[in-house]
Amino acid sequence: MTAFIIRRLMQAGVVVVLMSFIVFSGVFLVGNPVDILISDEADEEDRERAIAALGLDKPFHIQYLLFLRNAAQGNLGDSFIFEEPALLLILERMPATFELALFALLLAVVVGIPLGMLAGLRPNSITSKAIMTGSILGFSLPTFWVGIMMMMLFAVILGWLPSTGRGPTTTFLGMEVSFTSWKGIRHLLMPAINLSLFKLALVIRLTRAGTREVIHQDYIKFARAKGISSSRIILVHLLKNILIPIVTVLGLEFGGLVAFSIVTETVFAWPGMGKLLIDSIGMLDRPVIVAYLMMIVFLFVVINLVVDILYSILDPRVRLQEMKA
Amino acid sequence: MRKITHVGIAALTAFVVSTSAMAETVTIGLRSEPSSMDPYFHNLGPNNAMLAQIFGKLIDWGPAMDKLIPRLATSWKAINDTTWEFKLRQDVKFHDGSDFTADDFIFSFNRADGYTGGNSSFRTYTKGKTVKKIDDYTIHIVTDGPYPLMPNEMTSILVMSSEAKGSGGDENFGLKAKDFNKGIATIGTGPYKFVEWKKGDRLILEKYDGYKGPLGRPWDKMVFRFIKSEPARTAALLAGDVDMIDNVPLTDIATLKSNPNVSLSQGVSNRVIYIHMDQFRDQSPFVTDKNGNPIDKNPLKDARVRKALSMMIDRDEMVDKVMEGVALKAGQLLPEGFFARSPNLKPEPYDPEGAKKLLAEAGWGDGFGLTIHGPNDRYINDAKICEAVAQMLTRNGIPTKVETMPKNIYFKRASKGGPDKTPEFSFFLVGWGSGTGEPSSPLKSLLTTYDKSKGHGASNRGRHSNLKMDALLVKALSTVDDAARAKLLAKATEIGIGEDQGIIPLHYQVNTWATRKGLKYNARADESTRGLDLVKSN
Repeated sequence: MTAFIIRRLMQAGVVVVLMSFIVFSGVFLVGNPVDILISDEADEEDRERAIAALGLDKPFHIQYLLFLRNAAQGNLGDSFIFEEPALLLILERMPATFELALFALLLAVVVGIPLGMLAGLRPNSITSKAIMTGSILGFSLPTFWVGIMMMMLFAVILGWLPSTGRGPTTTFLGMEVSFTSWKGIRHLLMPAINLSLFKLALVIRLTRAGTREVIHQDYIKFARAKGISSSRIILVHLLKNILIPIVTVLGLEFGGLVAFSIVTETVFAWPGMGKLLIDSIGMLDRPVIVAYLMMIVFLFVVINLVVDILYSILDPRVRLQEMKA
Repeated sequence: MRKITHVGIAALTAFVVSTSAMAETVTIGLRSEPSSMDPYFHNLGPNNAMLAQIFGKLIDWGPAMDKLIPRLATSWKAINDTTWEFKLRQDVKFHDGSDFTADDFIFSFNRADGYTGGNSSFRTYTKGKTVKKIDDYTIHIVTDGPYPLMPNEMTSILVMSSEAKGSGGDENFGLKAKDFNKGIATIGTGPYKFVEWKKGDRLILEKYDGYKGPLGRPWDKMVFRFIKSEPARTAALLAGDVDMIDNVPLTDIATLKSNPNVSLSQGVSNRVIYIHMDQFRDQSPFVTDKNGNPIDKNPLKDARVRKALSMMIDRDEMVDKVMEGVALKAGQLLPEGFFARSPNLKPEPYDPEGAKKLLAEAGWGDGFGLTIHGPNDRYINDAKICEAVAQMLTRNGIPTKVETMPKNIYFKRASKGGPDKTPEFSFFLVGWGSGTGEPSSPLKSLLTTYDKSKGHGASNRGRHSNLKMDALLVKALSTVDDAARAKLLAKATEIGIGEDQGIIPLHYQVNTWATRKGLKYNARADESTRGLDLVKSN
């Protein structure tokens, strides 16, 4: 196990360095931050001063080497816009995004697994067909459109929920969170549902497919023959076996939820990392863009590692193969 | 020591919360968030609008930018060719209770002038000037030569407390941007005090009871929320989550107008939308023959061709159809009411026949091909304007292609995208808002001969050049007498735009704010959104 983790960590290191080059050169090619930052009325002299102050007068390879040197010391650069460490800005926004992503994931699992099992157990009932049709909509409707429609319905027409923004926050385990008050949850509800729709559809389909496959297996038939109650068969024998692929996929998808909650955050003015990224791209705040992407790379590497470990716990065969290898 | 302050702040916050039930709070949904609470960090619209509520300035613009009003100064005059004298108010206190004196202004001026960091653009207003303290309430600002724009430029320098304490360091007098963002150094004399800024979410200001000055304080507390997505901003207003939104999208104006719970406020801005034309290359990369093949001559160098193109643009249709009636036709750099406009320049009337004649006269009777470039996320309906211009030109025998792109890519290419860092495009859309409220700033940046050493033509992306106009502008910039200067500037505009067609002005932008019923926004020509301009309408 240790050797496995060490090997994975080394692979991860290579991935991170490679990505840093791709990200840095990609961002370098786009636009000139000074054109966005400086007022129209500034003259050439002021422009050049600003370019030099941001270190943009140096050639690409020097800029990249400087970035690598600082990054090795844990400094991913200062934001052009806020003049604060980019990493700090992102970390400041992280709890909001995590909160949103976790709630979305929770919704997807809590709602998706029962619905998927229902559809799998009684594939020909009308309810199951309705669930499956609904899941197609969940896949195919664009997030921003659904978000705006939800806003129109629940905030403007019905007036049940606040339209945008995050509710009041309190400190919980050292992080600013908003789900501790009713007002906060009301703000969280719409963006979380919006973000979860796609994952919900995914969970329903995975669960249904898993259920359909497992239900015909011999050990289920054997359990039935033994006279075990069908609720125990479904909740223990069936559920445990269909969870393996779901955990794998959700693990990877959680990274996606965190990294790409951008659309939902932008539509609902949710002050998370995604909104920061979009604002930073608009203002060409290169250090923040680079730091964000680097962090996402890091996040995915960690999640993959965790999923591998979890997987081996859930399925002993994986562990054995890994040990032999 | 520090702990005591924190307890004090906590107690104050508790007090504010407990009284807020009675206090009048207004919530405003803004499209753009400021980047800093440091008054000299970025010379950007959202920063300047927000900070002008917290910090005072010597002089401010009236809402229409047609006259200057005193804020921290009581009077100002040029006492000789090189010196301006400002008398300061003696009854003003900062938010922390300390007195405002000449020292605070000098501190602010010097900090703005020597600012090191991502951006130094407030030096535009401070360079070449020296401030002298005469007594606690009198200052002199000395320049090398006559400097008529001194009062106009002083509207851009915010005044902070010289006693503000920050996290130390050598740069910027030991005050870092984060000291302001956290509110430690955010000490001004303005009508509102800084309370809290949660980046990406909201910024809260609170009425300053000790305020002395001309600005109103209609609300006890103002909450600014940042909602970039346009439908979401409109939805937030309709749902009653905010009392006002700025930058109402044109597509929503008709719907909001018919909604009985919403009122709209509009104001013409100091921003003109215009077209730059390549006047410095003999072969312009995006001018072709009618089939799209390169040609070895650049028709845009001929003023007659430029005028013909201008005549082919139907500005009435543009305003009516593309801008949905929310814009004003333009014939020069600033709309009616501003200083030093030319009475002789009118928006070019639509005249396709005249245009064809003029083209034939210039030897281009057969027409040529063009590509218009423009941003698609910078000005109101910018991409649609480009498409409309292209259609109008195509209809009149100048087949025109359209290429639009996000502003973060566009401006780099428009300024320096070509070989040797020259402007890349041939025919392209830009806008200009004059911060000085008169035409000298756009004339100097857009139309004077490009000259880096003099700081001329910094945004002259078409490289228009007319030495006669340059001379008039230089003379105007050192003429202190208002009437004489106005005449010179108007004459320079008549040459640059009327005779030379150095740029093609299209229209002046009109901005729209939407409020809930019962409120009214006193729109400002500088396009800024300030909570204190939002008032009850009855």
